Amino acid sequence: MYACLHASGNLALLVECARHFSPRIEETSSDTVLFDVRGLGALIGDTHAIARAIENRAGLPVDIAIAADPDAAIIAARGIRGTTVIAPGREAEILARLPLNLLPGSPETADLLDAWGIRTLGELAALPPLGVAARLGPEGTCLQHLAQGRAGRQLRPVEDPLLFEEELELDDPVELLEPLSLLLARLLNNLCARLTARALATDEIRLSLTLENAPPHCRTLRLPFPMVDAMTLLKLLQLELSGRSPGAPVIKLRIELNPVKPRVQQHGLFIARSPEPARLEVTLSRLCNLLGPGNVGTPELLDTHRPDSFRMARFSAATYKADTSPCPFEVLTLRRYRPAQIAQVRLSGEVPAHVAAPALRSKVIACAGPWRSSGDWWKRDPWDRSEWDIAVTGGALYRIGEDLRKGRWYLEGNYD
Amino acid sequence: MQSAALRQKIQDSLGQRLGIELTIREKTPPEVLPTGIPEINIPRGTLTGICGPPSSGRTSILNAALACATRMPEFCALIDAGNSFDPLSARNAGMLLPHLLWIRCGGNVESALKATDLVIQAGGFGIVALDLAGVAPREARRISLASWFRLRHAVEKTPIALIILGEERYAASCCTLQIENHPAGFRISDGLLHGLAADAVIGPRNRAKSHFALKPFYRR
Repeated sequence: MYACLHASGNLALLVECARHFSPRIEETSSDTVLFDVRGLGALIGDTHAIARAIENRAGLPVDIAIAADPDAAIIAARGIRGTTVIAPGREAEILARLPLNLLPGSPETADLLDAWGIRTLGELAALPPLGVAARLGPEGTCLQHLAQGRAGRQLRPVEDPLLFEEELELDDPVELLEPLSLLLARLLNNLCARLTARALATDEIRLSLTLENAPPHCRTLRLPFPMVDAMTLLKLLQLELSGRSPGAPVIKLRIELNPVKPRVQQHGLFIARSPEPARLEVTLSRLCNLLGPGNVGTPELLDTHRPDSFRMARFSAATYKADTSPCPFEVLTLRRYRPAQIAQVRLSGEVPAHVAAPALRSKVIACAGPWRSSGDWWKRDPWDRSEWDIAVTGGALYRIGEDLRKGRWYLEGNYD
Repeated sequence: MQSAALRQKIQDSLGQRLGIELTIREKTPPEVLPTGIPEINIPRGTLTGICGPPSSGRTSILNAALACATRMPEFCALIDAGNSFDPLSARNAGMLLPHLLWIRCGGNVESALKATDLVIQAGGFGIVALDLAGVAPREARRISLASWFRLRHAVEKTPIALIILGEERYAASCCTLQIENHPAGFRISDGLLHGLAADAVIGPRNRAKSHFALKPFYRR
């Protein structure tokens, strides 16, 4: 069953009244609202009780019609004053006496019907369908179905824009992070509850703080996977704000969440143990706050022969792969000095004989090399070097390198 | 024999009166992670110390353990106090770098300890390694015994193997397993580095010894 409210110039009030009964609302025109009342029987009672409840809720003079067909309800609400309840199957009978101008036809068709002497919906409904189709085409057939109250179209509900944002204006400015966290928690709880109600999660948080006598402080947190846990989001915001403080008292705060579908993951019995994603994200944020974002991540080797070339990528436990190939055990490992230590190297002939650097001062007892390499000569920072593996007194092995462009020696690392 | 007799005596005197039967709880050995190096396996849920002077193979043992764990696959964390980890060597040793969380502490031992604590609390890692070999021993010695006990307690009853790498035995009595490395010679000939030999004494109480040879990646 569908209910239609009709009152001129009060669309907002009509929508508010309709929202009280149903989430499926169609704003048919500026003075008409149609909504779905199926399922209200168990809650309110029969159709007449529903009509009375709508009338009481509206609180202003409004024409109400309830019918099984959406268009029949609209026509009845527009054509009959007061409250009308049309029982299923009696649509044509109730609509029969209403004037033809209630139908949404073109002026030409209206003029033609007027010329034929058709004045009411009942008269149009009584015409032979084949004759109407032959003379008026599809529009005529559609109008006849409307007049008979059996157009049978679906409701076109208004989709609410999915905006997940909350803001709070404060009477007194807040300076400290702790009271600000309480306010953030309040907003995040509301937003996460709304996301959960719609089976959604968020992958981006936009925080905007209006400051007293200072430009606004805006932060955007991009999450590696969709989350909906208010506590985790709050912790991430706290860590972000403790790392980058607003610097002035906050007078207004606004949070906006980007709604996305939640992550669906199939767990298995035999997959690798991995850190719990939400906890890992909080831990990574804490580590970034403690050590700086460039110092936490996973190393990614760059496609170059330049020594010690890598970049720190974001660590994620979401992607993993098993490698069943045999592991090359017992490989000699280099420990690097970063930055490489400037060394004084004394040569005997062409090979290093003595090395002096902050971490090492010793005679060279054996050496392997030189290993020459160069590259990036077409760029601004070319490199050209030779490397030596040296053994010093005591048996320790080191790598030293000579920058051939600068003519300088470096202690690069220790084999361990 | 004495303990069995004592148990029987207590059972006879108290057992009937209290209606209980005294049993001995079997201590199950911890699950171990292999390193691929003979005799050296890293137990989970405990603290393992690897120490030794430079070129004694201590970092190679750690990399071998991390390589085995990341290929299982498990996620591992390396807290690099001295910023001396070489990703290329690690990749050559077979480590799957995307499975490694590398935390560079820039020589700050206090931050390294905090980071280790945070990573252990996050859970889900197979190996958490704290590399103190890149910082001066006098800095690492300042870590209190209470800190080591706290870390040991944090990994107990978890599947995490906590490894402390350093020049000396910093964690001392808190280590369930202590691997003490000594260099045992190198081989350079014909202008090539052929490898490095090392001895590992596995403790506590010098339980076993291991001799292993490490070769540069290009010699394999």
